[in-house]
Amino acid sequence: MTLAATELEFRTVIGLEVHAQVLTQSKMFCSCSAEYASAPPNTHVCQVCMGLPGALPVINRSAIESVIRTGLALGCTIPPYCKLDRKNYFYPDLPKGYQVSQYDLPLCVDGQLTFTSEGVEKTAGITRVHIEEDTGRLLHRDEGGASVSLVDLNRSGVPLMEIVGEPDLTSPVEARDYLIALRQILRYIGASTGNMEEGAFRCDANISTRTADGSIVGEKVEIKNMNSFRAVERALIYEEERQRKLLAAGESIPQETRGWVDARGVTVSQRTKESAHDYRYFPEPDLPPLTIEASFVDSVQAALPELPAARKARFIESFGLGASDAELLTLERETADYFEVAVGSTTDRARQISNWLLNDVFGLQRERGLPFDAFPIEAQQLNQIVELVEAGDLTGSGAKSLLAGIEPGENARAVAERLNLLAVGDSDVIRAAALETLTANPAAVADYKGGKKAAIGRLMGDTIRATGGRGRPDTVRAILEELLSE
Amino acid sequence: MSVGSELTGLTIAQARDLLDAKEFSAVELTQAHLERIERLEPALKCHIEITPDVALAQATAADRAIGDGDQSPLTGIPTSLKDVLCTVDSHTTAGSQILKGYRSAYDATVVSKLRSAGAVFVGKGNTDEFAMGSSTENSSFFPTHNPWDIDRVPGGSSGGPAAAVAAAEAMFGLGSDTGGSIRQPAGFCGVVGLKPTYGRVSRFGLIAFASSLDQIGPFTRTVEDAAIVLEAIAGHDSKDSTSSPRDVPSFRGSLRTDLKGVRIGVAEEYSVSGMEAGVETAVANAIEQLALLGAEIVPVSLPHTRYALSTYYITAPAEASANLARFDGVRFGHSVDAPTIKEMYERTRGEGFGSEVKRRIMLGTYALSSGYYDAYYVKAQKVRTLIKQDFDRAFEQVDVIVAPTSPTTAFRIGDRIDDPYQMYLADVFTIPANMAGIPGISVPGGFSNDMPVGLQFLGQSFDEATLLAVAHAYEQSQPWVTMTPALQ
Repeated sequence: MTLAATELEFRTVIGLEVHAQVLTQSKMFCSCSAEYASAPPNTHVCQVCMGLPGALPVINRSAIESVIRTGLALGCTIPPYCKLDRKNYFYPDLPKGYQVSQYDLPLCVDGQLTFTSEGVEKTAGITRVHIEEDTGRLLHRDEGGASVSLVDLNRSGVPLMEIVGEPDLTSPVEARDYLIALRQILRYIGASTGNMEEGAFRCDANISTRTADGSIVGEKVEIKNMNSFRAVERALIYEEERQRKLLAAGESIPQETRGWVDARGVTVSQRTKESAHDYRYFPEPDLPPLTIEASFVDSVQAALPELPAARKARFIESFGLGASDAELLTLERETADYFEVAVGSTTDRARQISNWLLNDVFGLQRERGLPFDAFPIEAQQLNQIVELVEAGDLTGSGAKSLLAGIEPGENARAVAERLNLLAVGDSDVIRAAALETLTANPAAVADYKGGKKAAIGRLMGDTIRATGGRGRPDTVRAILEELLSE
Repeated sequence: MSVGSELTGLTIAQARDLLDAKEFSAVELTQAHLERIERLEPALKCHIEITPDVALAQATAADRAIGDGDQSPLTGIPTSLKDVLCTVDSHTTAGSQILKGYRSAYDATVVSKLRSAGAVFVGKGNTDEFAMGSSTENSSFFPTHNPWDIDRVPGGSSGGPAAAVAAAEAMFGLGSDTGGSIRQPAGFCGVVGLKPTYGRVSRFGLIAFASSLDQIGPFTRTVEDAAIVLEAIAGHDSKDSTSSPRDVPSFRGSLRTDLKGVRIGVAEEYSVSGMEAGVETAVANAIEQLALLGAEIVPVSLPHTRYALSTYYITAPAEASANLARFDGVRFGHSVDAPTIKEMYERTRGEGFGSEVKRRIMLGTYALSSGYYDAYYVKAQKVRTLIKQDFDRAFEQVDVIVAPTSPTTAFRIGDRIDDPYQMYLADVFTIPANMAGIPGISVPGGFSNDMPVGLQFLGQSFDEATLLAVAHAYEQSQPWVTMTPALQ
């Protein structure tokens, strides 16, 4: 029986598995540096992470703490007891022939992630968060006509956490927004850089399709090789459509693993259920089980920073910011911290500081090619500049010049004075500039006198420009009105 | 005292006094052992590699330390290290072709400890491949011969260092014991062999067979010497998460010569059909002797003992199947070039591993497989707990348990090599201690058909002090320690 796709009402079920590198100084089981990306191949290695005979692992407490912090940020329960297991398989980037991971007793269980998708707040369950070690990397090269594979073990043993989500997501766009929210939290709590390009944040997706009435249910398909949020969304859109077409055509969907081929925009079959690995998990005998003290969990909980959603809500509530501005200010913890330092005790200045930060400070940051967490001026200086603007001592254009010219440690007013940027209230100077402007703009003068009062805007702009951008707007307006009424 | 072959007949304790009194030098002591090695090795083959240059350099340094009054109990003492212990200045092969020519980039923790104690490394002792075996016949290089009868096996897997100590090629040896690999060869070779409590000695740098069972320990000629070596190698190691933070007491200080007030358990389960009559007689005589020394002999029951061997042959191969996965030809050791990575693995491991190692990898892989895991691995862990509980209950009644080390004395080379099950039975009395993690020691307990009989004492976890004290009292009351193989 073949049905047109439009005759069936389909539901999509998506669950995501995220692998995030845990941000630590050293690797998970040895003291080698975990900073592998920039190092020459096989320079951050030792007997432990190379899997040399006789070497034994020693667990990195800081990695365990970061995973627990992640679990707590996701509302998970931290069981008092957990263990590590060996996951056995052969691959040249896996030096021991097994990966130390967690099988049935993970560090964190039963959490949830609340996120916004297309303006609607959603909550998806988090099944578990567990710790494991990363593998090395293979580099495939052509050397003298022969293709060779080289192994770089710098990444081997870098701590990794797997965050397994419940199949609570119902569309590709939801999946993307879930990932964005999850990555934001990991960055907020300092548990991971979340850098997808560097592979510090990787996602596999499980997607299945069924009809709304449950009469047709397709098997779960796992999608791999998605290297950006966009790729995740595109792959799931493709897969959703592929599965719907198959079901509509009366075909079944086999349980399998498929890979996303970004360049072609398709998923291709990699492995069927029958050929799935038997990983032969068993408890890692080289590491005793971990007992997680409740007092330790409490101390990690107490040290959790305010999470992005709560912070955004507070910015709206306490500072009277609009939702989209609050969203932008809380995207990164560093930005939100900077903003709060800039506001300090001058809460009534918060909206102006927000405007200047989002427009001009960010603009300058981009212009200078600075990273997101490096600000072109100090937070206190931003407050001082906004204060000068509010007091009328600095015009908008003066403030922009000051932003660009101020150096770290300098006082905004002192720099404005030195650079001759302070607003001019001297009516003689402004009167001369205003007369000059009126003479040069007879048409605008005529408009104004003919009743088009808005024409004063253009005259004001020209007058201020004639003062080198320093004429106080209120004085300029008063003098222009006085002259035009003569 | 003149320098001569009598130097090799000393105990560590005796040699220490004479070295410190400058009766002879560490270089002379080492040369005497190296000469003996040169003379005996063609017949015995205790060592995979002999390291005279390393030994003489260490001996020279030892003499300097002694001259400076900076010596420790092992300064200048020649030792044979089982070739599963990583050493930077010689090869480390685990008795396997897959590691032929391999040089470790680092020293095992016990090796570092012995180095800083001033010990002298004469060679790397032969072993069954990856410590899998009970006769040293599974060494992929050559079998070792028993110094008491060169047609017989020295036991295994640590047969090399056991035979080396019995033949006085070294004053002590280090072995590893996963299911009896120290105690059983010690019994076969008529020397003292101690398996400490799991966690007492760091495993860092020991090429793993079964991580939850492996433990490093000494071969010596006397119990006192075993106490001396254990003090030198025991203690917490931050590089081994399973090593215990407990303090290491003075084992030597707790040695005694009578057994008044000591309760010694005898378990009926430590008697099996097919036991050698001479072994049974020797053990019965030993129990009488212990009573004469003042010990109270108490019958105890260890009902799960009979499941120990079969559960061991699930647990140990399961762990081994993962531990040996790193020998893949990618980074070190034997490697066969092949068109695909899969073929490279298959050919490297197919050529590099011997048949017993392959058998155990297959056993372990099977026991961990999906669908069989609960029936084999999980069940074995449950039985392991029961075996441990047996001992916990027994040790509420007694201080130590006495038992034979092995059902027979050393068998002939070739007799059991084609019958793995008969070979496995040689460890039937030593395996339970590994499963429970408790310490065990084998001391010479007489002779059967002119071959040494091993007498085993089992103690409570981390109570090697009592174990050594009882073993010492027995040893001092018997003539066995003075008897040595008649080697030319």
